[in-house]
Amino acid sequence: MKGEANTTRGDAATAPITVELELSVNDQRYPVTVDTRETLLDTLRERLDLTGSKKGCDHGQCGACTVLADGRRVKSCLTLTVTVDDVSVTTVEGLAGAGGLHPLQEAFVEHDAFQCGYCTPGQLCSAVGMLAEAEEGWPSLVTPGIAAVTGPVELDDDEIRERMSGNLCRCGAYPGIVAAIRQVAK
Amino acid sequence: MTTTETGYVGSALDRVDALEKITGRARYAYENSPRDLVYAVPVQATIARGEIIEVDVDAVLKHPGVVTAIWHGNAPRLAPSDDAELAVLQSRRVAYRGQYIAVVVAETYEDAREAAGLIHVQYAAEEHDVELRPDHARLYRPDYVNANYPADVELGDPDAALAHAPVVVDAVYSTPAEHNNPIEPHATVALWDGDGLTIYDSTQGASALRMAVAPLFGMPPAQVRVISPYVGGGFGSKGRAHPHVILAALAAKQVGRPVKLAVTRRQMFAVTGYRTPTIQRVRLGAEADGRLTAITHDVYEQSSTISEFAEQTAVPTRMMYAAPHRRTTHRLVRLDVPTPSWMRAPGEAPGMFALESAMDELAIACGVDPVELRVRNEPASDPDTGLPFSSRNLVACLREGARRFGWAGRDPEPGTRLRGRLLLGTGVAASTYPAYRASSAASARAEPDGGFTVRIAAADIGTGARTILTQIAADALRTSPGMVVMEIGDSALPRAGVAGGSMGTASWGTAVVRACEALVEELERRGGVVPPGGIESAADTKQEVRSQEKFARHAFGAQFAEVGVDADTGETRVLRLLGVFAAGRIINPKTARSQFIGGMTMGLSMALLEESIMDRQFGDYLNRDLAQYHVAANADVRDIQAFWLDEEDPHLNPMGAKGIGEIGIVGTAAAVANAVHHATGFRIRDLPIRLDKLVR
Repeated sequence: MKGEANTTRGDAATAPITVELELSVNDQRYPVTVDTRETLLDTLRERLDLTGSKKGCDHGQCGACTVLADGRRVKSCLTLTVTVDDVSVTTVEGLAGAGGLHPLQEAFVEHDAFQCGYCTPGQLCSAVGMLAEAEEGWPSLVTPGIAAVTGPVELDDDEIRERMSGNLCRCGAYPGIVAAIRQVAK
Repeated sequence: MTTTETGYVGSALDRVDALEKITGRARYAYENSPRDLVYAVPVQATIARGEIIEVDVDAVLKHPGVVTAIWHGNAPRLAPSDDAELAVLQSRRVAYRGQYIAVVVAETYEDAREAAGLIHVQYAAEEHDVELRPDHARLYRPDYVNANYPADVELGDPDAALAHAPVVVDAVYSTPAEHNNPIEPHATVALWDGDGLTIYDSTQGASALRMAVAPLFGMPPAQVRVISPYVGGGFGSKGRAHPHVILAALAAKQVGRPVKLAVTRRQMFAVTGYRTPTIQRVRLGAEADGRLTAITHDVYEQSSTISEFAEQTAVPTRMMYAAPHRRTTHRLVRLDVPTPSWMRAPGEAPGMFALESAMDELAIACGVDPVELRVRNEPASDPDTGLPFSSRNLVACLREGARRFGWAGRDPEPGTRLRGRLLLGTGVAASTYPAYRASSAASARAEPDGGFTVRIAAADIGTGARTILTQIAADALRTSPGMVVMEIGDSALPRAGVAGGSMGTASWGTAVVRACEALVEELERRGGVVPPGGIESAADTKQEVRSQEKFARHAFGAQFAEVGVDADTGETRVLRLLGVFAAGRIINPKTARSQFIGGMTMGLSMALLEESIMDRQFGDYLNRDLAQYHVAANADVRDIQAFWLDEEDPHLNPMGAKGIGEIGIVGTAAAVANAVHHATGFRIRDLPIRLDKLVR
């Protein structure tokens, strides 16, 4: 890659490469200048002060950073910010609407589906995305007749547990999380 | 001792901080961003033992955005500390792989991280020793094990009793190193100003952290403020000061700007504590009917070369069962490893795995039902101290658990129940945890608007402390929880003990009750009139805690597990887990159930999944992320239930409550291992119960 300045790695004198873009988060536009090495999670937390999305592992293994990108759940720690300039991002701060809390948020309180609260934003965003996936007929490992699914998948406890296993909760609030999601899914 | 009036204590109040947590508004340590801040990224040693010869930071300093690089050669000097782990960047010595040897500070996190990778360190490596062995030449007896228990205790003549016992169980059990892994990694934001040092930190004890940090910088504790209203789990790993806190404060001092430092998940495996691996030999001698005549429990465990941490693994064995002849011992070896630390039920969790597995082996050897065996060995008073128990309802827990679980009529024959590909089995184990209490202070204030503000430097690490203290205060003030603002998580508030040892409710609750009582008295004296500026009362429980009556105070429980083991692959799943606990008065059934189930879930995880593997070649823990260090995921936890008995114990504290944060993990792994034996006929004495240990 000789001759292409700004892309040489390991040269200590090279300034970071930055990009100007306009992010759409929770229906608000945010013009930002970001480092191309920056993850969506760090941009949300460090630049936009949207600290609801959490960093638990920075490796896509715990799910605490889960946000919705055009309605699909993604791990924002594995998403480079420069890749989402044309995407509508929803974080935990954007789940509640004008009419009040999202039904999942209310159900999480009712069923004590959290303790320390650190995995909770990721659990909530993941659950919102998961309900949409099931509604659209996406099968999971435990869906009976996995290849033949055509309509919405009915979410029993096994389905919820399987589909929510990408979001770790070290406090062990899983039974409450499952109960809360089951209540909303019905 | 008084008891608070019945009212909100005992009710299933929703968490008072629920809204903050479900909307993302709750601000955890790293989420505080003072103006003009810079980012710090630590550099860790890549040898397990030796000396740093040279640190070359030229490339680091040339990197854009870098403010400074700090290592032992240019670091500010710290005052000497009792805890050598906290003497960061003070010497050339490397005591373990992963120890902090430098820190790079830059304008952005990306720059700091990239620049940290450009540091060049030359070492003189020495041969390291990182392997815990029961025949290690440098094993020694510590003066005390944690919580100030004697390392060894002997009563009667256990060797002679074992030689004459009609039935003997003699087995070695082992548990691996385990890492706490709260989902919020440790993080510190440090800020110096004219008044001293302010630290936003993820800590289980703001008061204790302040006391640990201040002397290192030669300051009185009053010049350090620790702010930590929200803590994303700790499980012991945020109970004591870890070196990153000092590193952040030191860096902030050096650069004269606020510093943010987040410990990464991978770094956590070296620098934020872990549960020591244990090797435990248990010998039980019994009559043919299962009545114990002798118990011995000998424990081998590790600490680092720079700091002694002696886990109290055999201590629960001292008070669990009646037996006239008994011996418990602890031996440590100091290795080139990070210093172990607290992890949920330190001592009890690994120790009761061994004891309760051995009790299952004894039940089988005697042909006695495992529930019945434990009932037969119930002591009348604490076998260790001779003190009466303030309350002891282990037998009631076992009976109630057996009833709820459907234990009656269990066929004890192992390896005979096949359903499809699954071998099914059930197991039981007892659990216990001490009911400690530490002195704390609190203040209660009546506001002119009719509300109350109660202040204490307590920590809510997910336990529900903020909620239950609100309930306790509401009752003591004869008001409703909605009228009480509970302020916690700040060292500027009245001094409080750490959120550890399952003693938060007892310690902080006592102080809150006393402060509220004093305020109620004061208000009565004033005919109920609150002056325009409000009125405040305070309490300190030092005297009350010191002068409490002498009793053996412990919570008890019984855990029942059903497992299915794949007959072909050996894959084990916990199909059902049921616990019954006797832990005094339950302040909030909603948060309490979550605490018990959370502990049991971590116990399930300990039984089947958790294991930090020491790389002997390189001298560090090999599996350093959550893809390789497995913790229970949602699909691992199926049918899990927790119940409790109504237990009235007048000898505890004004609430009549025992702690419940840790007992849920105690005994769980033994119940699962005992169920696996019942399912397969294989006795797994070495955790975790991996499938390769079952497929032979």
